[in-house]
Amino acid sequence: MKILVVGGGTGGTILANNLARRLAGEIRARKVQITMLSASERHMYQPGLLYVAFGQMMPDQLYRDQASLLEFSIDFHVDPVEQFQLDQNQVKTKSGKTYPYDVLVIATGSRIVPEEVPGLSEGAELFYTEEAAVKMYKRLREFQGGKVAIVVGVPHKCPIAPVELVFSLHSYFKTRGMLDKVKIKYHYPIGRIHTIENVAKWAKPEFDRLGVEYETLFNVKDVDAANKVVNSEEGTQAEYDLLIAIPPHRGMEVIEKDQLGQGGWIPTDRHQLTMMGRDNVYVLGDTTNLPVSKTGSAAHFEAEVVAENIASIVKIGTPVRDYDGKVYCFIEAGHDNATYAMFNYQNPPDLKPPNKSMHWFKMSYNQMYWSSVRGLL
Amino acid sequence: MSESKTIDARNTFCPGPLMELITYMKQANVGDTLELLSTDQGSAADVPEWVNKVGHEIVSNEKRGDVWYITVRKTK
Repeated sequence: MKILVVGGGTGGTILANNLARRLAGEIRARKVQITMLSASERHMYQPGLLYVAFGQMMPDQLYRDQASLLEFSIDFHVDPVEQFQLDQNQVKTKSGKTYPYDVLVIATGSRIVPEEVPGLSEGAELFYTEEAAVKMYKRLREFQGGKVAIVVGVPHKCPIAPVELVFSLHSYFKTRGMLDKVKIKYHYPIGRIHTIENVAKWAKPEFDRLGVEYETLFNVKDVDAANKVVNSEEGTQAEYDLLIAIPPHRGMEVIEKDQLGQGGWIPTDRHQLTMMGRDNVYVLGDTTNLPVSKTGSAAHFEAEVVAENIASIVKIGTPVRDYDGKVYCFIEAGHDNATYAMFNYQNPPDLKPPNKSMHWFKMSYNQMYWSSVRGLL
Repeated sequence: MSESKTIDARNTFCPGPLMELITYMKQANVGDTLELLSTDQGSAADVPEWVNKVGHEIVSNEKRGDVWYITVRKTK
């Protein structure tokens, strides 16, 4: 059986490693072959970008060689897919090769599309790429005070990031003794300050206590970078001296080009994680159209389910687990406190008060990630 | 030609029903209708609040069993 994993991010890597261990005997007996195709020879720890934006991590700390993260039995190629030929059970790659499969896992992730909002790229700082995070830090270092506006595009990866950004900004300006020169204002697309009700209930009094202003029902329409004004779809405006944006996202271009899913998000069964109408195609992480957070955490838990199910199909001919919508997100509440949100399809998160221990657990996890993605945690 | 689409946002806490609706409204064309399915009690109020503020149109908003069925037409 040929198992083809397209995408070497969190979901694809955990899936491939987990599967390689579960099917070690079948791989040795040459009954199963696992191949991974990725667009990059490097693997980025994306949550680290927020720390780079505040000078707390260096960019080189975010990367490992992808090959070093994979089980030796996985046939790894840096050769991005340019065409999914699902009716023929094969993909074509940039190098011109054709890879046939019996089971396909699509874990190609998402990309930022700030260009979809006129003026956003010119007017706003971002931290969703290495280059942008470094640029944002340099901008923060130069910033002498004024209005700091935070705006949030839809949809976006890591839904906790907007509130983490606020708390990190407050800590940063406090450390530099600049709080009296800075006014932070947060703008959010829906009618409360976070989409998770319990996060909103916790964060709102914290924003009040810290003096952070907020405006809800604010969806960015365009940015007038020359006059430093953001216009919203709802008809309001935000003035700024420093604008920081959570950019809107899309799935990868090849997904849209091959018409696998509108917006680059593939219609996916919410429990089996198979592509709708394709029982031998699984979809992981950001690539799905599921109403689940686009985070490494969701990709991680989905990957474990898919690995167990593909392995059980090989061994006994049937899947054994359903994905229950599990997500676990750390929430940095400044530079020395953190909490977390854990939830699934049925149970909302029950937030605990932030504490220093959870912050240090997150700092440890920033290193433990490399064991996690190898499938060891 | 306008299209109709259903967004199944039942039993989801993040990104949540309204955020899902905003995502699909951005992808829709003027004249398209979107039916949002939500088990979040807040949707009955917060979805119309956003739709009216932006200037789209609420076509229907009803509860059947434990699920809210809210249909919205994109007007601009």
